[in-house]
Amino acid sequence: MAKLTISELQKLREKLAQERQTREGNARGQIIIHMGTCGIAAGARKVMTALLEAMDKQNVRDVIVNTSGCAGMCSKEPMATVQMAQQAPVKYISLNEEKIVRILNEHVLKGSVVKEYALAMGSERVG
Amino acid sequence: MEELALHILDIAENSIRAGAQTVEIEIVEDVQQDRLHITIRDNGKGMDKRTLRHALDPFFTTKVGKRVGLGLPLLAAAARQAGGDIAVRSKRGAGTEVEAVFQYSHADRQPLGNLGATLETLIIGNPDVDFRLLHRSPKGEKQLDTRDIRAALNGAPINSIEGIRRVKQSMEENGWL
Repeated sequence: MAKLTISELQKLREKLAQERQTREGNARGQIIIHMGTCGIAAGARKVMTALLEAMDKQNVRDVIVNTSGCAGMCSKEPMATVQMAQQAPVKYISLNEEKIVRILNEHVLKGSVVKEYALAMGSERVG
Repeated sequence: MEELALHILDIAENSIRAGAQTVEIEIVEDVQQDRLHITIRDNGKGMDKRTLRHALDPFFTTKVGKRVGLGLPLLAAAARQAGGDIAVRSKRGAGTEVEAVFQYSHADRQPLGNLGATLETLIIGNPDVDFRLLHRSPKGEKQLDTRDIRAALNGAPINSIEGIRRVKQSMEENGWL
């Protein structure tokens, strides 16, 4: 087996720290912005920027942001998946800057799913 | 895609889906030669010969259950409509390099656009990947290496609020924002 470099160890540590945070409930949850070609062309980067700004402004300390690829519903992009600890993930569709900030405030921070923007609940396993 | 920064985001996301641990992005505005070069290089799993041969075909994809793969064809079209071209170099197990060249002054060359937002999205959205960035233009040279950001974070995830702030701060210090 190849030797791990220091930077690989550092990455491993970061990844595990993040997983542990989510698992132990230190992180309230995770927001995944889908960043496939379809998502990017539909404005996913603007959605990401708006989310990061809102988190910074409101000092949201216990939420983790990730990007992933195409979710297979290109016509519904930009999309995001919100995964709160111990709950089924929720997929949100046709997003824009205002919608993602509302999802952050209502679902992620206050626990109530923004049903009007949601596609479905429980279509993915809880990670 | 209406700006080159969005193409860069898209192609770099390909690198990440290919398992890259390091992604290098170089943007060189060579006004004297009237050329704009964009290079995205990764150490991901690379492509086999057949995939490489079809990489610019919009109706080719390696993803199961999909019929199109538009990222590289869109960048190729953007380069060719601006008097340029694209080269994709890749080998199974040895990573991939995508180089797009544009005629800098061409009327149909898309603007570079918001590079800062693209880099921020890449860095924060992919906390396990290292990015090395270089932008050379007549105004000077900008660089960023996420290993420096990681070292300053002392183990806090790059996609937590501490990481987000540190990324923004580093990008400001280096002139990206």
